[in-house]
Parts: sequence; structure tokens; C-alpha cells
Amino acid sequence: MSKVKIEGHGTGTGTFTVTTPSSNTDRTITLPDSTGTILDNTSTLDATKLSGNLPAISAASLTNVPKDTTVGGKKNMIINGAMQIDQRATSKTGVTSSGYHTLDRWNLDNSGLGTFTMSRSADAPSGFYSSLKMDCTTAYGSAGGDDFNAIHQDLESYDGVSLGYGTSDAKSLTVSFWVKCSQTGTLQFNLVHYASSTRQISATYTINTANTWEKKTITFAGDTSQASDNDNSKGLVFEWFLASGTGRTSGGSPQTSWGAYALNKRNAGSTISIGDSTSDTWQITGVQAEIGSTATDFEHRSFGEELALCQRYFQILQDNAGYFAGNAVGSNRIDTGIPLAVPLRATPSFAANGYITHRSGNANSSTNQATVGSYNANSTTLKIRFGGHSVTDEVAYVISIASEDLLIDSEL
Amino acid sequence: MVITNAKYIKDVVTNENYAVSATIDGQGYNIPMDTGNRHYAEIIKQVADGTITIAEAD
Repeated sequence: MSKVKIEGHGTGTGTFTVTTPSSNTDRTITLPDSTGTILDNTSTLDATKLSGNLPAISAASLTNVPKDTTVGGKKNMIINGAMQIDQRATSKTGVTSSGYHTLDRWNLDNSGLGTFTMSRSADAPSGFYSSLKMDCTTAYGSAGGDDFNAIHQDLESYDGVSLGYGTSDAKSLTVSFWVKCSQTGTLQFNLVHYASSTRQISATYTINTANTWEKKTITFAGDTSQASDNDNSKGLVFEWFLASGTGRTSGGSPQTSWGAYALNKRNAGSTISIGDSTSDTWQITGVQAEIGSTATDFEHRSFGEELALCQRYFQILQDNAGYFAGNAVGSNRIDTGIPLAVPLRATPSFAANGYITHRSGNANSSTNQATVGSYNANSTTLKIRFGGHSVTDEVAYVISIASEDLLIDSEL
Repeated sequence: MVITNAKYIKDVVTNENYAVSATIDGQGYNIPMDTGNRHYAEIIKQVADGTITIAEAD
């Protein structure tokens, strides 16, 4: 049998007493078969003292949870991060210019560095169903100094104020995303802060294995030097560089702490270029930007929520969607109000894509004649002036959109 | 943005310019004269830089 030894300390003078509770039941305490110290309420319990699975703990029992690791609510600042919404088009071939070509909120800056098919691809990592795909179809020969090619999403200033920029409490921001690229190497990501001045901070991410989905996480410190605007202007820009000329690389290295906008560092950390070979592809999805220094699981929003968020920046009034009452103003214009899905960010442009308006009296306008009559930031109607008609002043007409959809662009 | 063919649109009732038509990155637009609109903001920037001019309305 084992022996039991109770030994006093060699120098202490206190008396240690082992007591029993008042009980009529026999109890046995089994000591661990190891050397150690019994824990009390002053002991630390770090990860080395834990093994196995923790029991379930109710969130209601947790206190002092740091705000930057909150796992609920609208944590993702990125809109359409799962690449679900493509009001304009699912795919566009022959892309050589800048613009919002396919997926909502995702803008391409391309000054001619290659020709691409830009699409919403069904190729995505587990848990996602779409990705933004850039597929080079014509390679560029050599990049001019000012040429560049980048994908970006611009955040409205209103939506960045919670970061507390411009104060000593400016919060960290963590960006996570899945990326798949045909080349291995390093590409640069920039966070650009537009307010009273333009500032930037940058990082690189590495494609370790070609043609394989990889998750990347980048954390940036808060910008303590410049407060964000609190309005509907462009605030933070999340920018993934694909290629550039020397005008954006000559700075030598990326700017990895907040500082003034440095054009020549904007792609200084990339070791590969997307667009200089027809074998080049680059895909991204699951993009999340959240306050704090931890990348938590992607926040999947409902399709309807995501669509509504996108429609603040772009909406379509479908060809032949219905008739709208209007009033003739002068001899060639009908003013009417159209319904909006959600209030627009700002006074919109209308794409001149060949739409006409058909009015009561069975007559058509000439093409592309819509201009904004009046805009209200909180309204779900928009007054539009439809020109190009032959009408009688102050007579009521009903009109419909015909031939093409009316594209309403309020993007950043 | 690459902007070409910028031209004012005039209100036939007030006879004042109130919008601009332009081709931006290959796409035609009718653009309000509101600096909150990204197209108009870029147009006036490029006008100030001397890169483009806006033609008078027809």
C-alpha cells in the first residue's frame, strides 16, 4: 500500500488545519497521481493547465468579454463579401476599363493592364457558393509607369466612424478573405482612408499554392491621426492590387504603418502580376472586415439583406416594370416619381444604355433622356425628368421604361 | 475614370444647365450636377486639372 505523509514547512509558524464538513456520509477525495499544487481562487488557470473539451458555457454567464471579439451583430463592414449579388451582370468579357462591371460594390480599376473576363464564378471554398473571378484573356506586354490594375470596395464614411479613427482609442481592423490565384508569390493589399486628407496602410499576402483556395487574414492598427468623415462620402477603401507599372512600385516597400498617401508604395510589395499572361486567374470571396484584431467566422447575411445593402448604391428599374404617373413640363419633358427599393446614397447617374420611355398616347421618347429631378437622402421615391417627348405643358401622362432597363447609379 | 464627350444638359424651362452627359470608362451617363455623385465629382476634378472641358448644351 502507499504511504500518507503530512509534513509541515521548515520555516513557517502558522498552524494548518484540515477540517471536515458536518455530514453523516462517508466521503473520499482522490488526489491526482502527479506532483503539483492545489488551485484556489488566487491561482491562475492558463492553457497549459487545461486539456480535453470545456463544458458548454452560457454566453449570459460571460462578463468582461472584449468588444473587439464580439461574435454577433452586423460585424462585417464589407457589403457583398460572399459575392452573391450581381445586378449588372454575372459575367462580362473583354474588360479593359475601370468600373463596376459585374458583382455589386466591387469596383475594378484597370488602366489597360490586360483584358479580362470578370465574373461571378461558382468556384468557391467550402461554405461559399460564389467568388469574384478575374480571368486574363489578353495579356499586356509591358506596363506603363502609371498603369495599374486593382479590385477595390469603397466604404461609405458613415460606416467607418465606429472605428474611432482620429482618437487615441482608434480600433484595430481585421480583414479576412479567401483567395485563389494561378501564380504563387506575394500580392499587396491596401487600406486607404479618405477624409480631410488621404492616408494609407498596407500589407502583403502570399499565395502559397497555385490554384488552391487559401484564407488570408490581415490586421491593421487604427489610424489615430485622422478622424473619419461622418457623411455619405468615400471613407475607407479596401484595395487588392493585381498589377502595376513602376509608378506604384518605385517606393520600394509597402507602407506598413499609417501615413500620408504614397502612390509609389501602393503596389511595392507585390512579387507577381495578374494580367501579363493569359494563364492568369485571381479569385476572391468570403471577404470580411471587422473591428478588432481577430478574424472571426464569416458573417453570412440573407440574400435579401445583402441585396438591400447593395441597392443603396445601385438599383435597376426594369424595362416594362409598370406605368408611372407624370406631368408634362414644357413641350418635351414629363416629370414623374419612381419607387426605389431603398433610399440611395447620393443623387444618382443614369446609364445611357438605350432605354426609352413610352407614354400614354402611344408615343416613345428619344433614347437616354432621364435626368434626376430631385433627390432626398431619406426617400424611397425619386423624381425623374424624362425628356425627348412631344407633349402638352401641364397635361398628365403615364409613362413606362422600355427597350432597356433604367440603371440608377449612386455608387462611390 | 476616363471621361470623354462631356456636355451640359440645359433645362428648357429655366434655360439653365442642370446635368451633364458624358462617356465614362466607355459607358454613357446622364449625370446630376451634385458633388456627392462620383461621376460629377470626377468631372469637375478633371475640368479643374485641365484634363477635360464640358461642352455647352445644344
